[in-house]
Amino acid sequence: MSERPALPQRGPARAARAETRLGWWLCAPAIVAMLAVTAVPIAYAVWLSLFRHDLRFPAERAFVGLSNYASILGSEVWWQALSNTALITVASVSVELVLGFALAFVMHRATIGRRIVRAAVLLPYAIVSVVAALAWRFAFDPATGFADALLAHDGAWLAARPTALAVIVAAEIWKTTPFVALLLLAGLTLVPRQLLDAARVDGAGAAQRFVRITLPLMKRAVLVAVLFRTLDAFRIFDMVFVLTRGAQDTETVAIVAYDTLIVRLNLGLGSAVSVLIFGCVVAIAWALVRGFGALPAGPETERR
Amino acid sequence: MSAPRFADLGWHAAGALAVVYALLPVVWIVSLSVKPAADLGDRRLLPRRVTFEHYRAIFDDAQFPAALVNSIGIASIATLLAVTLAAMAAYAIVRLDFRGKSLVLGAALTIAMFPGIAIIGPLFEIWRRVGLFDTWAGLVIPYLTFALPLAIWMLTAYFRELPWELERAARIDGATRLQAFVHVIVPLAAPGVFTAAILVFIFAWNDFLFAMALTSTDRARTVPAAIAFFTGASRFELPTGSIAAASVVVTVPLLAIVLAFQRRIIAGLTAGAVKG
Repeated sequence: MSERPALPQRGPARAARAETRLGWWLCAPAIVAMLAVTAVPIAYAVWLSLFRHDLRFPAERAFVGLSNYASILGSEVWWQALSNTALITVASVSVELVLGFALAFVMHRATIGRRIVRAAVLLPYAIVSVVAALAWRFAFDPATGFADALLAHDGAWLAARPTALAVIVAAEIWKTTPFVALLLLAGLTLVPRQLLDAARVDGAGAAQRFVRITLPLMKRAVLVAVLFRTLDAFRIFDMVFVLTRGAQDTETVAIVAYDTLIVRLNLGLGSAVSVLIFGCVVAIAWALVRGFGALPAGPETERR
Repeated sequence: MSAPRFADLGWHAAGALAVVYALLPVVWIVSLSVKPAADLGDRRLLPRRVTFEHYRAIFDDAQFPAALVNSIGIASIATLLAVTLAAMAAYAIVRLDFRGKSLVLGAALTIAMFPGIAIIGPLFEIWRRVGLFDTWAGLVIPYLTFALPLAIWMLTAYFRELPWELERAARIDGATRLQAFVHVIVPLAAPGVFTAAILVFIFAWNDFLFAMALTSTDRARTVPAAIAFFTGASRFELPTGSIAAASVVVTVPLLAIVLAFQRRIIAGLTAGAVKG
């Protein structure tokens, strides 16, 4: 960045200003595209959430202050959905971390067949999540599925809450572990071999080497994986929509928001749900970044 | 000597297990798609007889081909726009010295964490008012927004590694900034841009939430949403075979691309995520 090409002599201040202007012009379209469809709508959602605003009864539109929030926070449905979402998030992210580490080690250590494993690991990532959800749904369907025969369990998995949640979590894990594994693999390759060998010579066991050397050096990769996967799992929609459609008390907060807004067309109440979800996401992000004590700054990280 | 070999065997077994685990649902959906209607209820993982009747059925119906065209069109346009805007921003971030570049990256990080579900209500309302509801543009816009962070990071990480001295050399030889960019940098940057394009395309192709919330007919409904509507079509008897066939049709091209470019995609997915 410092080796700027020799511009015609116009004085360094002018050149710097021209460079700043060019920089802003090049970034402006991206910034506008990102903010126009997030900042503006979320502000509008806050505004809408203060009104009684049901598209089926447009005449009854009225300012109601915070009463939409009061009715959501006082409803059984919201708390059920929030606890389902929290359960799914914690269960899937923790299993994904363990499985992701296992897969990352396999890909890191395997000498032959590494490419096959890597290709296979990429498969779930490339599959449309609705398709993945359908595959799981058909597999666990008592009429068509093979899972009952395979697991020697006869029953309608998706017809009862605990088993339905288990299938949702399993499907989510299957779909997103590759992302976690690849991030962790990228982190693993940064751990110097010599350091691990030296520790081995000094008598450190495998577990000790992992906890004392590998993990601290991978802190950043782990943070990125946990942060993005947690936020992603918290807004889980596709899997639940296809697997249970929220039946058997398996609604998540995203399903509640979708049903209120798009199915029941209650913009006021639905926007309040949206704002609450947004607040939860901000709180989770803040807590995780605080907890890890590092922000993934710069051109890093990515979303699924 | 035998101890490490034994350990190797363990790694191979674990690798094989991972492959089976990743493949199982894929095999299953392919198997369902080629089972004759009469065999759909046989609860066997692999089909006894193979038929392509379900594939014929979905392409004979008007709904699925329309959704396929929508998906391809919308995802392609969103990809083109996202990659163009991201490349401009990434170039500025890497090559120009100006205050505010951390603002751009910060904005991208924030948007990457932003929950799409929180804005479908306002978008639904605004889109209906301005006539974007159930149109291609109505989906292209949110896809562009939510694909930009990934594309910006990836390209910024990629551009940082490019041999920019070549650009300076071209400029010393009398090329303008634009000429140097087009003739020297663009060819070098092409692989990174291509990878970003694949990842953005996958994101747009995969989306379900916006497609469900912001479309209502074949005009703009994409394949994931269309498949969900197959599901709802008959309440008591799922058109399992058709759904499976449609699923395979939307999955296979993507799998082919991902497997063909796996090395680059992995590099792109983890771009800069681990290095300080």
